[in-house]
Amino acid sequence: MASWRHYGRSLRSFWSTSLAAELEYPLNAVIELVSVFGNLAGSLFVLQLLFAGGSSLGGWSWNGALVVLGLYTLLDGITTCLLQPNLSRIVNHVQTGTLDYVLLKPIDSQFWLSTRTVSPWGLPAIGAALGLIAWASSRAGVPSPALLLLALALVLASLVILYSLWFVLAALSIWFVKVWNATEVLRQTLVAGRYPVSAYPPALRLVFTFVLPVAFLTTVPAEALLGRGSLAWAGGSLLAAILCFGGSRLLWLHAQRFYTSASS
Amino acid sequence: MRVRHGWRVARALLVSQYALMLEYRAEIVLWALSGVLPLIMLGVWSGSGAGAGAGLSPQQISRYFLSAFLVRQFTVVWLIHVFEEDALQGRLSPFLLQPLAPLWRYLAAHFSEQASRVPIVAVMLLALGLVAPGLLWLPSARSLLLGLVAIQAAFLLRFLLQVVVTTLCFWSERAAALDRLLLIPYLFLSGLVAPLETFPPAVRRLAMATPFPWMVDFPARLLAGEEVNATLGFAAIAAWCLLLLPIGRWLWLAGLRRYSAMGA
Repeated sequence: MASWRHYGRSLRSFWSTSLAAELEYPLNAVIELVSVFGNLAGSLFVLQLLFAGGSSLGGWSWNGALVVLGLYTLLDGITTCLLQPNLSRIVNHVQTGTLDYVLLKPIDSQFWLSTRTVSPWGLPAIGAALGLIAWASSRAGVPSPALLLLALALVLASLVILYSLWFVLAALSIWFVKVWNATEVLRQTLVAGRYPVSAYPPALRLVFTFVLPVAFLTTVPAEALLGRGSLAWAGGSLLAAILCFGGSRLLWLHAQRFYTSASS
Repeated sequence: MRVRHGWRVARALLVSQYALMLEYRAEIVLWALSGVLPLIMLGVWSGSGAGAGAGLSPQQISRYFLSAFLVRQFTVVWLIHVFEEDALQGRLSPFLLQPLAPLWRYLAAHFSEQASRVPIVAVMLLALGLVAPGLLWLPSARSLLLGLVAIQAAFLLRFLLQVVVTTLCFWSERAAALDRLLLIPYLFLSGLVAPLETFPPAVRRLAMATPFPWMVDFPARLLAGEEVNATLGFAAIAAWCLLLLPIGRWLWLAGLRRYSAMGA
């Protein structure tokens, strides 16, 4: 119990200090706002081009595809807020040897590395995404509270999967010091989540389900929100979340045994 | 005499930068992998009927996006990220003491990076050919030659555009954030995510008035063997370059007068 409070207090001081540091750059807020709305407008434009040929994309209606796009934007915003600022720094810690100090702290090192900073610049994307999801899903038919709850659980599962993917790639830097842009590859590949997974050719669908679980990130929660969720997909999503998180934890415990500090 | 000297400097720069890039080959593999966006878009477009609606056959679509993938691979410009770091850390100062404008060094680094990408992209194409043999084709000598020249022209245009933004590093600590804004029209108007033929006529005219379609759409269509007005394309690229060159030069000289190294 005391330990939970300890982690809660740590989190509060981590986030208040990093917010104070980020707010030193107010111009960034303007740039982020413009970039979020520019990106969203561009994505809507391309989506509309894709719908020009017919009324569906891989069997998805316009409103359904908008929900998927909204979920993608939501995850992207959360990535900007939490994953990118923290996990892209692990490489620097390994390279300069400051990971030593992290490992010595009386707090779980994975927790410290994953939550040390927070950036407010993903908030515009999160806000826009929530608006888009609410608007598009209500146009497709107001979801019942039970469906909403299921969708919420699946979004949480997709967040866990996303976090684990990022953490695993970032933790690989213990072995391959220079891979600081491995996380960038992940970010670029996850762009596939902008469209429902059934819009892709069958071979890619398999890849996006079993190799790089893009399907669980946006398509599965969107289906639940639109009232088309199936027990198999929901169970698969939760299972994937548990597996991914467990995998990231095991990898980190294993990686620490290989860490020999910089210059040794 | 001057020509021989210039040639010697260029050779020394290219050879040393190429050796440097080979040291970072693992990273370059990752950068190359992060350029998969046109292939993802190929997946979406080939599954949707929108291409046919714009009069594009499936073969045209796949050739276009595959060419766009190649164009993207060899027109990547990362000047601003390196320069921002160099200016902030004061590494720019020793470069300025040398009897060579620092931008030549960065330009040589970009050319060397392109050269080190060639085998990586070849392997990626080979893998693509194994998975989907129907995708690859051998372009005619004319379109191959014109396409390669157009890729280099597009690269120069992108480089010059980024030089203009990069010079803002002299005034701001976070000029790289501005580059993210420029990335939005590049992403959506250049033809990277949707062929320009599918745009509504008004949007297409608007796009053609910007430098962006010449950076992807023009070289990609040349390479894919489409009907393109090559003279017009090269003239447009040259015109944009001639416009950007004096602006970049003026900003660079003005910024240099402001530059006082970090911490001074």
